[in-house]
Amino acid sequence: MSTIRVEHLTKHFGPKRAVDDVSFTVSTGEVLGFLGPNGAGKSTTMRMVTGFIPPTSGRVWIGGHDMWENPIPAKRLIGYLPENAPAYTDMTVYGFLSFVAELRGLRGQARKQAVHRVVELCFLESVLHQSVETLSKGYRHRTCLAQALLHDPPVLVLDEPTDGLDPNQKHEVRTLIRRMGEKKAIIFSTHILEEVDAACTRAIIIDRGRIVANGTPAELRARSELAGAVTLQIRRVAAAEVSRRLYQVPGVKRVSILEEQEDRVRARVFPAQPGINGTFTRAVGEAVQGWVLEELRVEEGRLDEVFRSITMPDTVRETS
Amino acid sequence: MNNIWAVVKRELSGYFASPVAYVYIVIFLLLSGFFTFMVGGFFERGEASLTAFFLWHPWFYLFLVPAVGMRLWAEERRVGTLELLLTMPITAWQAIVGKFFASWLFLGLALALTFPLVITVNYLGDPDNGVIFAAYCGSFLMAGAYLAITCMTSALTRNQVISFILAVVICLFLVLAGFPPVTNLLARWSAPLVELVASFSFITHFDAFQKGMLDTRDVVYFLSVMVLALFSTSVILRSLRAG
Ligand SMILES: Nc1ncnc2c1ncn2[C@@H]1O[C@H](COP(=O)(O)OP(=O)(O)OP(=O)(O)O)[C@@H](O)[C@H]1O
Ligand SMILES: [Mg+2]
Repeated sequence: MSTIRVEHLTKHFGPKRAVDDVSFTVSTGEVLGFLGPNGAGKSTTMRMVTGFIPPTSGRVWIGGHDMWENPIPAKRLIGYLPENAPAYTDMTVYGFLSFVAELRGLRGQARKQAVHRVVELCFLESVLHQSVETLSKGYRHRTCLAQALLHDPPVLVLDEPTDGLDPNQKHEVRTLIRRMGEKKAIIFSTHILEEVDAACTRAIIIDRGRIVANGTPAELRARSELAGAVTLQIRRVAAAEVSRRLYQVPGVKRVSILEEQEDRVRARVFPAQPGINGTFTRAVGEAVQGWVLEELRVEEGRLDEVFRSITMPDTVRETS
Repeated sequence: MNNIWAVVKRELSGYFASPVAYVYIVIFLLLSGFFTFMVGGFFERGEASLTAFFLWHPWFYLFLVPAVGMRLWAEERRVGTLELLLTMPITAWQAIVGKFFASWLFLGLALALTFPLVITVNYLGDPDNGVIFAAYCGSFLMAGAYLAITCMTSALTRNQVISFILAVVICLFLVLAGFPPVTNLLARWSAPLVELVASFSFITHFDAFQKGMLDTRDVVYFLSVMVLALFSTSVILRSLRAG
């Protein structure tokens, strides 16, 4: 069952098209990473999914409820961490969490337990009775994250959940997201590509309001020019000879010499069809027989390269 | 209902979390004392009534009510909590009404704390407490009307000061429309117009309450100002979200 369903979502701000015909679904047990350059429309999409801003056109369903026709039941299912983690500055952390719990319909003992649970989950004990106004950025972020988890919602929408956190906390939050993702449908946006590997089951890259890639981290990586390329380090063979022989490998697109020292050459062979491909790898292996190999590695492809080649196709360069 | 109450509690705790609320109440009491005794000539009147006290309410509410209401939505927009509040499972209307009631209750508290004046006149003479009660009701309703307008201007901007100024300007029009020097000026020009303009004024409708009359038309007037202003608030918030 798809818990979040978004169809042809479009948002105009005046003449500007911030989100353009975006469709996707997220099922329970999936963690969807939202990637894209600044201003791509990630936050705008999330604001429409959570019912904060109305779309110009398109529809959003949360657990079968249409967000714009039946917002209250739809909103009940969502926990939302907005960008920049806003929180009421004139309250204490405890007061703030209690207030949100109350709006979430938690009363009495259930409310106390819920607050206690998220305080533990987000490590807030030490600031529980501190005013939100005086919190450090990371703690404010965690307070707002805690707020999203209070009612243990089946759907989580987190806009840059690790922004402003220290490395340990980043790690904790990623682990938390991955763990919660087993039983929830989660969308989160990030600028940190390692988080895609660390927490996502699937990722979407959005650029200028449009979805430009959608797949598992491995699928995305396979779109990299680097994917399936073979990197070699060879001793006592001239670079020209290495290059000549590797160009004869069937299915080769390009050979590049990465490094050349007196008696050592580092080279990379790119397949014509990016993606890991046993035939190509074997062909390279056969071509280099008889040489003294110091390294032979099949590249998986790199997300940052895919990201750049998709969102900035003109400036992409080869990376080593 | 529960949601409205949760919002009311939050707002009220927001007021009392800082010393500003207490300072405000003290200022409110000092000012009402000042107007009653110094400007209103409470003692010179030689009568046991609170006329001198209520006479000034339309004027000092002009500044005191926007000061209470200016932060309601402006602050919510500035800090970004608007996004949090409106993605909770509550309707925008519940949030608007909850915030409004909280501030109205706060104003009611400040107004109620002027009770020593009632005791004083009762001690000094034999006032008509019915009139005093009616005037308190009218004053509270009028405060609600000022506040609803402030709510609306507060939703218009992220800046509390701008929302304060806008509220003062709009309320000033509504006060002046029934202020005798202004109505006299207009009367020289066109008599039917005066009545029309004055019928929109806070002063005109507050007048009857001061005389001890609880006229439904006046009550309806203040309530409709509130409903209209709060409705405008919801329209403003909706168009804000639409971008
Ligand atoms: N309320 C608004 N009015 C006008 N334009 C807006 C509004 N909100 C967003 N935009 C525009 O829409 C575009 C998308 O913005 P959005 O905040 O969704 O980007 P983002 O992908 O979240 O970027 P970032 O990575 O910087 O957070 C931007 O060009 C932004 O200027
Ligand atoms: Mg954003």
